[in-house]
Amino acid sequence: MPELLLADFQIKRLEVLNEKGEADPELLPPLSDAEIWRIYELMLLARIFDERAVALQREGRIGTYPPIRGQEAAQVGSAFALTEKDWLFPSFREMGAHLTLGYPISQLLQYWGGDERAQKVPPHLNIFPFCVAVGSQIPQAAGAALAARYRRDPVAVVTYFGDGATSKGDFHEGMNLAGVFNLPLVFICQNNQWAISIPLKGQTASASLAQKAIAYGFEGVQVDGNDVFAVYRATRQAVEKARSGGGPTFIECLTYRMADHTTADDAGRYRSAEEVAYWGERDPILRLERFLEGRGLWSPQKGEEAAAKVATIVDDGVREMESQPPPAAADLFEGVLATLTPRQAGQRKVR
Amino acid sequence: MAQLNMVQAINQALSLEMARDDRVLLLGEDVGRDGGVFRVTEGLWERFGSERVIDTPLCEAGIMGAAIGMAAYGLRPVPEIQFLGFTYSAFEQLFAHAARLRSRSRGRYSCPMVVRTPYGGGIKAPELHEESTEALFCQVPGLKVVVPSGPYVAKGLLLAALRDPDPVLFLEPTRLYRLLREEVPEGEYLVELGRARVARGGNSVTVVAWGSMLERVLKSVEGYDAEVLDLLTLNPFDSEAIVKSVQKTGRLVIVHEAAKTCGFGAEIAATVAEEAILHLRAPILRVTAPDVPVPLAKLIDHYLPGAEQIRNALDEVLQY
Repeated sequence: MPELLLADFQIKRLEVLNEKGEADPELLPPLSDAEIWRIYELMLLARIFDERAVALQREGRIGTYPPIRGQEAAQVGSAFALTEKDWLFPSFREMGAHLTLGYPISQLLQYWGGDERAQKVPPHLNIFPFCVAVGSQIPQAAGAALAARYRRDPVAVVTYFGDGATSKGDFHEGMNLAGVFNLPLVFICQNNQWAISIPLKGQTASASLAQKAIAYGFEGVQVDGNDVFAVYRATRQAVEKARSGGGPTFIECLTYRMADHTTADDAGRYRSAEEVAYWGERDPILRLERFLEGRGLWSPQKGEEAAAKVATIVDDGVREMESQPPPAAADLFEGVLATLTPRQAGQRKVR
Repeated sequence: MAQLNMVQAINQALSLEMARDDRVLLLGEDVGRDGGVFRVTEGLWERFGSERVIDTPLCEAGIMGAAIGMAAYGLRPVPEIQFLGFTYSAFEQLFAHAARLRSRSRGRYSCPMVVRTPYGGGIKAPELHEESTEALFCQVPGLKVVVPSGPYVAKGLLLAALRDPDPVLFLEPTRLYRLLREEVPEGEYLVELGRARVARGGNSVTVVAWGSMLERVLKSVEGYDAEVLDLLTLNPFDSEAIVKSVQKTGRLVIVHEAAKTCGFGAEIAATVAEEAILHLRAPILRVTAPDVPVPLAKLIDHYLPGAEQIRNALDEVLQY
C-alpha cells in the first residue's frame, strides 16, 4: 500500500510595518491618526513605566520586577484590540497590556512592591491576577471561555504567556481544550526568545511556535512582534472570530526581551551584547516613530512632549503607590475564605 | 424513604442542585455519556445535556484549571478527577490557584467549585487508584476537604459543598460506594461543613475516624464503651467536638487509612495536646497504615487498619 499524505500545513507570518517605518497599505489596519497616536502614547507609557519600575527597584522602593522593554508593540498592539468586556488571563510580564486597558499604574507598582492588595482588579476590568506559575493561567482561560459560551456572552477570552510556557503541560492541555471545544479563546504568545537563560532553541525544535496550533486543530499565525500594526491586526481578527463563534487562534508575537529576565537577573551571563544591539535597532517604538514621522505626525520635539506627558502620569502613579499605608497584619487573612474557619479567626485576633 | 447507596445519594445531590441552579456544571473524564467510571453521574448527561455535563479530554490539570476559570466567571463547576491519585498532576491548579484566588484577588474573584474524586483502598483496583493522601490537601489554606462516611451524610454534605462560596475537595470513599445502604430523604437537606457527628455515644474512650474507616471502627468497637466521632470535614475540622469528647472520656484513638507520618491524625493529636492534655488519662494512639506506598490488592489487607489493630489500641488506652 502506498503511504498517504495525511496532513500538510503552512504557517503564515504577518508583517505590516518594516524597520524603516514603511507600512504595507493593503495590510495597514483602518485606524485613525488619533488612534495611532494613542497607540504611540501607550507604548511610551509602557516604556517609561517600565524604566521607572526598574529604577524604583534599584532604589529599594519596590521588589523584584520583570521588565517588558522591547515588548511594547506586542503588548499594546494586542490589548488595543480588546474591550473591557473581554477576559484577560495574563502571565507576569504584560504590564503593557494592563496599561492599555487602563489598569491603575499605582496598583501595578504596588503589586511589584509586594502588596497583594493591588491584585484586586478594578471592577470594570475582567483581568485575572498576575500568574507567576508559568503557563498555569492557560487552562483557566479555557474554562472562562467555556463559561462565556455557556452564558452566550459575545466576548473573547485572551491569555498571554511567553515562549517558555509553550514547553509546559498546561499549555498543551489549554490548547487542546480550546481545539476540542472550539472555544472563543485567543492565545497570545510573547515570544521574546529567552526564558531566563534558555534561548528559544532550547525550548522547542519547532520552526515556529505558531505551528503548534496546527496540532490542536486551529489556526496559528506568527506576527512580527515589534510591529504594532501586525500585532493589532492579527489580534483584532482573532478576537472578532472568537466573539462570533469562530473558535480559537494562536498568535505568536516574535519579539525580544531587551532587558534582564527580572531585576534579579544578569542577562550578560548568557547572551551577547551584539544580539541585544541587533534587537535594539529593531525597537518597536522607534519603528512607530518613523511611521508617524512619515505621515507628518511626529518630530523629535513632539516625541519629547509626548514622553514628558506620559512621565507625569507615571510620576502621579508612583506618588499614589507610595502614599498607600502598609497593610495591617490582619490583612493576611483577607479573603482566605468567604468566612474564616474558627482557627483562622482565632489566629487573626491575636495579630 | 428510599434506601440508597452512596453512589445513588451523590447522584441525587448533583441532580437536585443542577435542577435548582443553572450555574452548576459537571466536567471530567467519562462523566457524560458513560456516567462516570463508578456511575456516580449516570443519567445526568441525558437529563441536563452535554453543555452542563461535559466530557473532557484526558487532562487533570486542564480540567482543574478550566474549572477555576469557570468558577471565576460566575459558574459553579463540579470537576471530577477520576481517582485521587490522578489529582497529583493538577496540584498546581488546586494549590497555587483554586485555594488562593479569593485571597490573591482580595475578593474580586472567587472559586466556588467542588472537586469530586473517589479515594481510599480496598477495591482491587490498579496502582494509584486507592490513594488516601487527604492530609496533603489539608495543609493548603483556602481549600476545604470533606469526606462522607455513608449515603445520608454524602448527600447532605455534597449539597452544602455545592453551595459553599469557596473550593471544596469532596473525597468519596470508593469502598463505601455500594457497601452501605441507608434511608435517604428524596428532597434536599444540608449537612453543615466543619461539623463532626457523634456516630456512637460512649464514655471511656473517644475514637475519631472518617470515610471508610468509620464503618470499620463502628464494627470494631462493639462491646466497648467508646464514643465514635465521624469527622466528615477535615478542613476545617471540628476540634471543638473532639476536645469536648476527650474531656469526657480522657482517652483518644484516631483511625485513618492514610500513612502515619504527617497523616491527619497528627493534627488531631497535636490539637488535643494543646487544648485538652490535662484531661488525658492515656497516651493518644493512632491506628493508621504504615509509612509505605499504597500496595496493590494482594497486600492491601496488610496495609489498611483492621478491626484487630483498632481493638488493640482501645485495649491499650483502656489499661490506663
